[in-house]
Amino acid sequence: MECAAVEVFELMAGVRLELLASPGEPCGEQTAMVGMAGALCGMTSVRCSRTTAGKLAALMLGGDVATNPSMARDALGELCNMVAGNFKAKISNLADHCMLSVPTVITGDNYSMDAVPPTEGLTLALVFEGEPIFVTLITHS
Amino acid sequence: MKKLKVLIVDDSSVMRKIVERALRQAGLDLTEVLEASNGAEALAAVQKGPLDMIFSDINMPVMDGLEFLKNLAGIDSAKGVPVVMITTEGSEARVVEALSAGAKGYLRKPFTPEQVKERIAPLLGGIL
Repeated sequence: MECAAVEVFELMAGVRLELLASPGEPCGEQTAMVGMAGALCGMTSVRCSRTTAGKLAALMLGGDVATNPSMARDALGELCNMVAGNFKAKISNLADHCMLSVPTVITGDNYSMDAVPPTEGLTLALVFEGEPIFVTLITHS
Repeated sequence: MKKLKVLIVDDSSVMRKIVERALRQAGLDLTEVLEASNGAEALAAVQKGPLDMIFSDINMPVMDGLEFLKNLAGIDSAKGVPVVMITTEGSEARVVEALSAGAKGYLRKPFTPEQVKERIAPLLGGIL
């Protein structure tokens, strides 16, 4: 997942992100989510601050889109979509047997998310301009 | 360099802008960029006049990219227009299906302008 995420940010936003050793609890006002169904069921999410989402959108689209919240949300959704797609493309035989949902983006940070157990998950934090971008994979086992 | 008129089909407006930006960064001289958010809208856009190239997502609501390709085959003005499919999922089966339905190439997201150039240069008869 780390490799898939780093590659997406590098190719689409032109930034090489480093992994934070201790990710801590994910936080930030923008969360993009993409569901996975089939041979692997679960969800991939990308969460960051509104400012970071705006900066990423500007890098992806050029120009000053950081002030357009709608564009920033959509761009984060696309990044999440590509992280999930890139992740499954890297796992042998998964690409043809796992479908992705369209991205959903939540704005706000006062929420909790509960998946139907049994689940396994991992969260990694990548650092962009000193701010964390949390990438989470939750799978139903 | 020849000026090109292209159609970009994707249900995400952000993705359409990303594709357009990548095409310009790849060196294409775009004189006009038409956009459509699904296959049905794309078919209507194709009827409006000749295009030099079409870029289409596969997964879209209303009419997906594969259905769009199949319908495109019946439109005279679209004959010979290269279609490049763009996919996130990396599904080999869907890519094969798209190529069988008439697509001339595909791009897997994420992509760089260099990868775009590499994929589409052979379809443009050496104008890149």
